[in-house]
Amino acid sequence: MAEAHVEEDQSPDTDRRDFLYIATTAVAGIGAAISLWPFIDQMNPTANVQALATTEVDLSPIETGQTIKVVWQGKPVYVRHRTQEQIKAAQSAPVDDLPDPETDADRVQQDQWLIVVGICTHLGCIPVSDPDNLRGEFGGWFCPCHGSHYDDSGRIRKGPAPDNLAVPPYQFIDDNKILIG
Amino acid sequence: MAHASTYKPRSGFARWLDSRLPIMRLAHDSFVDFPTPKNLNYWWTFGGILSVCLVILIVSGVALSMHYTPHADFAFASVEHIMRDVNYGWLLRYMHANSSSMFFLAVYIHMLRGLYYGSYKEPREVLWILGVMLFILMIASAFLGYVLPWGQMSFWAATVITNLFGVIPFIGDEVLAWLWGGFGVDGPTLNRFYSLHYLLAFLIAGVVVLHIWALHVPGNNNPKGIDVKGPQDTIPFHPYYTVKDGFALGVFLIVLALLIFYAPNILGHPDNYIPADPLTTPEHIVPEWYFLPFYAILRAVPDILFIPAKTAGVIAMLLAIFTLFLLPWLDSSKVRSARYRPLFKQFFWIFVIACVALGWAGSQSPEGMALLVARISTLYYFAFFWVIMPLLGVIETPKSVPDSISKPVLGSGSAAASGTSG
Ligand code: HEM
Ligand code: FES
Repeated sequence: MAEAHVEEDQSPDTDRRDFLYIATTAVAGIGAAISLWPFIDQMNPTANVQALATTEVDLSPIETGQTIKVVWQGKPVYVRHRTQEQIKAAQSAPVDDLPDPETDADRVQQDQWLIVVGICTHLGCIPVSDPDNLRGEFGGWFCPCHGSHYDDSGRIRKGPAPDNLAVPPYQFIDDNKILIG
Repeated sequence: MAHASTYKPRSGFARWLDSRLPIMRLAHDSFVDFPTPKNLNYWWTFGGILSVCLVILIVSGVALSMHYTPHADFAFASVEHIMRDVNYGWLLRYMHANSSSMFFLAVYIHMLRGLYYGSYKEPREVLWILGVMLFILMIASAFLGYVLPWGQMSFWAATVITNLFGVIPFIGDEVLAWLWGGFGVDGPTLNRFYSLHYLLAFLIAGVVVLHIWALHVPGNNNPKGIDVKGPQDTIPFHPYYTVKDGFALGVFLIVLALLIFYAPNILGHPDNYIPADPLTTPEHIVPEWYFLPFYAILRAVPDILFIPAKTAGVIAMLLAIFTLFLLPWLDSSKVRSARYRPLFKQFFWIFVIACVALGWAGSQSPEGMALLVARISTLYYFAFFWVIMPLLGVIETPKSVPDSISKPVLGSGSAAASGTSG
């Protein structure tokens, strides 16, 4: 049954056939690819999750030196009322030598209030700040998962995390209240 | 190897079926009168053991899914409900969790067997590649399953592992939101993980079929690593290997039963009996034991040039797995079995030690001694595949390989002696 193959391949119809095959396949392929999108997009955050929640925090009960944890969009946010020493330490850090150089002034709106997202920029654990022990070598936070140390400005100083703790968008509604988000 | 079918339908119905769907013929030719090298040792029983493990996992999993609730508020409670209220629920759950552990033990032995006896070499490359795909699917499935009980370890394992995708340049954050269905691991994540956990088990079963198909074309490798030369080198699969596999399976199931009945939680982490809390991370996060070597590689890698440690770690971990795909082409030696490769044999055992060392390092926090061990072992892991394997084929002088599988048994005394080593 091996006759006539060569002949057939050279017939004047071949080009037209090829074109039809390629065109049909291309249309079907593109159609299939496009119809994939809903199946991919359904996994993205839903409308109710998207509806950006904001969180209001009353600062008045937080004493100097105290840190509280609030929830914003399901994530922990640390609000720290810094002491004078902490502010000084944060401001005097050698900015140029930091893994992620940022001045303290760029990270706070009012010196005594440090507000950062409590999610380690390494792989997403919650860094701890237990006044008695686990604060890390730079006095700020320590991430127990893989040993990242953050300073009094929430900046990464040592360990595998690449970036500083994120500062969420927030504004002071009045002297004792902030709105995160 | 391709062989002529010896199936003879024994009843009218069997003949009727055979001319319509020759499924009995397929089963007969694959698992009864399948010519198998006559010198297979017990390391060859783990394929059968793995198949049985998969069946146990699927059966216990389907039963568990009748009582489990994939919802962030109820998942933990539903697993406790399985443990306390459901008839034999404790048994089903312990069976499922411990079988998945033993599944990995068996697959690691199975893979090391292939490595030692050169089973990945020509003409079994596709068989090996399908095996690596199975391994990756197993990793995914076990990870997804571990998240389902929604304890502290579940939650934080999900967080740490999904965050690995954050290193993807430019679109990392978008990919993360897509994976989570939110701004972090939460209810939507749990729901989709459940769906995929269920799905993957059946994908694995499908790839297992391809894996066995790809095995039955060239036939089994064997401890001597030489080709079957004729019928004198083979015996039928049944009863010879059904019995051998059956015995090994019995021993394996006894070990599994000891775990299930006497130490069901020994391989798990106690923190997973604390409900997931998105606001507090446990002090020391460790994955299940079977992921520890890869976890160690992830954390061992420092900054490399302009690549930050986090990204470099993820790349190294993925490379450690994907390197396995290339193994048939990284190994330059024509001799399959390590029995006849004196140098390879030594490097092989160092490799095994490096893997165990990585496992230990993965269970420690990454500093001091553990970090050092992790780094050295990681280096060796990659050097073994990318430097030693390609070089050995050139510099090693293999011992002389027997002419055929039967030869040392039937032949002279000196050849017979070499048949007992390895
Ligand atoms: C490839 C095979 C499979 C592997 C490796 C695997 C692995 C796992 C693991 C490690 C867990 C966590 C166990 C624990 O800590 O309690 C788990 C849980 C679970 N799996 Fe699977 N599984 C497999 C197949 C299946 C199948 C086929 C189903 C259902 C159709 C299933 C349903 C479940 C359910 C409902 C849970 C949560 C209940 C529990 O925690 O025990 N699994 N799986
Ligand atoms: S997640 Fe914080 S150090 Fe890795």
